[in-house]
Amino acid sequence: MNAMQFILVILVALVCGMASVMDERQFHRPIVACTLIGLVLGDLHTGIILGGQLELIALGWMNVGAAMAPDSALASTISAIIVIVGHQSIGEGMAIAIPLAAAGQVLTIFVRTIAVFFQHQADHFAAQANFRGIEWCHIGALFLQGLRVAIPTGAVAAIAGTSIVSQWLNDIPPVVTHGLQVSGGFIVVVGYAMVINMMKARSLMPFFFIGFILATFVSGMNLVGLGILGACAAVVYVQLNPDFHDSIKAPAAATSAGTDDDDVLG
Amino acid sequence: MTESTELKKVQPLTKRDIISTYFRSTFMLGSFNFERMQAIGVCVTMIPAIKRFYHKKEDQAAALKRHLEFFNTTPWPASAIFGVTAAMEQKKAEGGDIDEAAITNVKIGLMGPLAGIGDPIFWGTARTILAALGASLALSGSILGPLLFFFGINIVRMLTRWYGFQVGYRQGTDIVQDVAGNRLKKLTQMASVLGLFVMGSLVSKWTNIKMPLTLAHYKDQAGHLVTTTLQSTLDSLLPGLVALLMTFACMWLLKHKVNAIWIIFGMFAVGILGYWAGIFGL
Repeated sequence: MNAMQFILVILVALVCGMASVMDERQFHRPIVACTLIGLVLGDLHTGIILGGQLELIALGWMNVGAAMAPDSALASTISAIIVIVGHQSIGEGMAIAIPLAAAGQVLTIFVRTIAVFFQHQADHFAAQANFRGIEWCHIGALFLQGLRVAIPTGAVAAIAGTSIVSQWLNDIPPVVTHGLQVSGGFIVVVGYAMVINMMKARSLMPFFFIGFILATFVSGMNLVGLGILGACAAVVYVQLNPDFHDSIKAPAAATSAGTDDDDVLG
Repeated sequence: MTESTELKKVQPLTKRDIISTYFRSTFMLGSFNFERMQAIGVCVTMIPAIKRFYHKKEDQAAALKRHLEFFNTTPWPASAIFGVTAAMEQKKAEGGDIDEAAITNVKIGLMGPLAGIGDPIFWGTARTILAALGASLALSGSILGPLLFFFGINIVRMLTRWYGFQVGYRQGTDIVQDVAGNRLKKLTQMASVLGLFVMGSLVSKWTNIKMPLTLAHYKDQAGHLVTTTLQSTLDSLLPGLVALLMTFACMWLLKHKVNAIWIIFGMFAVGILGYWAGIFGL
């Protein structure tokens, strides 16, 4: 890794860290972050594949309400560096990504606590109608979130090419690395469970099972096909649902039921 | 809100104000903190409107203070709330019959319902499905995967923010009826059906559980040696059953407020112990 690459890696990590708290432009998602690190380090191909693998694991990770997702930014940047610069396998990269996601979560909790200070500072500026002051409070807290990822990533980038890292990774007993790869096959369900719980739609669970059964028994159907089927199911469900037809709910107006199909796609 | 005759003329937001508000809103969560969550971001987003509507220092200070109160909702559709809030601020600046509490109440009142719509549509369905599609392409090393995800989700985001603000600003408090009404409920239900459908298929398609543990050996009538493994036994019942059960276990744990990261570590422990004991294989 040359000096230019080192700087670019830190810049990418800074952007990912800021994106991680904002959840806006999605630079913190593994599929984007790993790709960018791969691009910067001159191994785009590996970055994309690792990003895809990690994205599967992180699929349902989301910030809902006050609950925070495991941090995909730190996990993506560091594991991409370890895999590309430290010459490790994709499987190894996935295994180390999870503890990193936990570490990243702890760090963001720390920064979000510090940001309370900025909040009070902003109150201060508001009393004086100081617009600039409030804006700087905002930017300051945002920048800290960027540093939260950039500093650890920079530290790893500095030592990733040395034998310390490979030594350390080689010292992990094979039963652990293989076991981690085994769990990589089913750790995705945590994300799926987060999505299902968030939907809060128990009455719609039959659609979950229909999707499961179709994917299990109809071989050769890819994700696009399943997505189109799901979209059709969604439209038909809403069209037939009596909740959305006032005319059916009110028995007196039942005769006009046929004309009432204002669909949202229109 | 009755129109009184002595209304001042206040200049509405200009195109530049709206663009500036949009740009600021895309940094909304930057200073997320545990005390008032998205508050500073909301205030920073409202600054162009506050500057446009209020010119006296104490009015500006009061408005800034109003928008530094607790706020937390799904970020992208929150732009609609900013639109409504801007419309109310404008009315207030004109000397309309709106007090501070009304503005705060509408903001707080829209937060919950909007998250109820926004979380399933944007996090549960749009991002999940685009990410799943992108990842399935990326696994073969195709740059199309990241590009599809990144541009797809950002187009959704920008349209939501840009038009959300406009609709909110134009309709003002009338939007409250929209949020409570059938159209958005329909959209949410459709997103939930699609999201759950895809989740179901992913549980089957994108989990990889191999259980080579041998249960029995026997010779069939033709004399071939047949090995029954845990995998083959479960597959004859329902392929993917273990993944399905694991999903339900995770849902149960999450419902009981177990942090996702602990569940993930628990899964690692299961994987390592299972591999060590020979139940799971690669």
